[in-house]
Amino acid sequence: MSELFTLVVELEDKPGQLLKVLEPIARNGGNIVGIVHQRGKKTPLSRVPVEISFTADPKKAERIFEELQKEVVVRAFGKIRTATVSLLLIGHIIHTDLSDTIRRIDSSEAECVELNATMPEINQPSTAMMTISAKSDEALERALERVREICKEKGIMVIEPVNEI
Amino acid sequence: MIKIAIIGFGTVGQGVAELLARKRDEIEKKIGRFKVVAVADLTGAMTGEFRLEEAIEHRRKGGLPEKKSAMEIAENEDYDVMIEVTTTRLDEEGIAYMKVALERGASVITSNKSIAVALMDLLRLAKRKNVKLLYEATVGGAMPVIKLLNSYLAFCEIRSLKGILNGTCNYILTRMEEEGLPYNQVLSEAQEMGIAEANPTADVEGIDAAIKLVILANTIGYPAKFEDVKREGITKITPQAFKVAMQKGYTIRLIAEASKKSLRVSPRLVKLNSLLAIKGTLNALMIQTDTAGEIFVAGRGAGKYETASAILSDLYELHRDR
Repeated sequence: MSELFTLVVELEDKPGQLLKVLEPIARNGGNIVGIVHQRGKKTPLSRVPVEISFTADPKKAERIFEELQKEVVVRAFGKIRTATVSLLLIGHIIHTDLSDTIRRIDSSEAECVELNATMPEINQPSTAMMTISAKSDEALERALERVREICKEKGIMVIEPVNEI
Repeated sequence: MIKIAIIGFGTVGQGVAELLARKRDEIEKKIGRFKVVAVADLTGAMTGEFRLEEAIEHRRKGGLPEKKSAMEIAENEDYDVMIEVTTTRLDEEGIAYMKVALERGASVITSNKSIAVALMDLLRLAKRKNVKLLYEATVGGAMPVIKLLNSYLAFCEIRSLKGILNGTCNYILTRMEEEGLPYNQVLSEAQEMGIAEANPTADVEGIDAAIKLVILANTIGYPAKFEDVKREGITKITPQAFKVAMQKGYTIRLIAEASKKSLRVSPRLVKLNSLLAIKGTLNALMIQTDTAGEIFVAGRGAGKYETASAILSDLYELHRDR
């Protein structure tokens, strides 16, 4: 199943440059969704950042990325995360193996993208705001379910947001 | 002439009696003449010819004069409407009075949250006897939510309900948010002020809110039971939690939520500019519908006259067409 990807490349400001990027995407079955020239953000070497969004099979997207790296400067490449949620965690977050917690939350379809923790005195519960991004609402719901389970197991309280849709 | 029996003569019962006496003219203009034919509670009863002020006076001085039990009144007096305002208890005493009244063909208006365990049964019984069971006062005090859901939103699909249904918790969380104080300190102060009870468990563990959520859920057609509610209280929330939440534009509130996939009472992150970030002892309910969009109600969730006003709104509902 194809997923949405975004990449930012730096191109010299002369004719024919964009083609170098589009050709590998097309050849690998990628479908361009959008192209934005960031002319206002020219680099010191006078290159223009160009943001390109496309859908493609994840494996082919990897190949596109590899091929592009040989041709141009790729500044960023990644999946577009469409669903995001911020959660507040209260408890012994650090001492219950934080990296284990995050590793178990992360998956191919969702990941923890931000963590902001505060630790009061020793042995006191700490607090963290965790942001999780996923490629769809359903993927996010599945990630959220994992968070609930992991935190229940580790005695961490999860405060979820109220969705006001 | 509407004949009323008041069962339970504590704070709410006396509040109802006071309002009935004070607003008699306005009430009778709208629903016709009425008479309170009996009041009863654990201290005794009063029947026959008496003024409401006398009953209140007796009660204040220690107890109602006649040695009749509330059940005797429920079973034997001649009344059209029972106003059942005994306190919510697990022994289902109040439900027993209501059943007697409904079986005898009298309508019932109640503030008793213990109907949560038997709401569907009681409503069926009322329907079978061609009378009504009205319970506006059980959820959200003065906030008109039950009739709003039942009548005005009758042809809306209710997609979700999200509410603040416990004023004590909301008060505690508001003060933690505003003053950065720890939970225990705010709780003690709330207890001193009479906002929290000496034993705060039912409030702070979300039990009270869960009972109300069950009543709301049943009202919109989900046959939910108390055990179905996923419940988490506010006792573990720290002042740091508010600080961290605040950096992202959130505060924390105890939210009761009912939807097809969720029935829970738990602390939740609420955007600071959200209507649900309501402060102090207020209650609130956000109703999400298919055709009417979102509807929001807020108001005082408890109090003698607030609860009594909800009882009177049911009395109006019962007799407005007669």
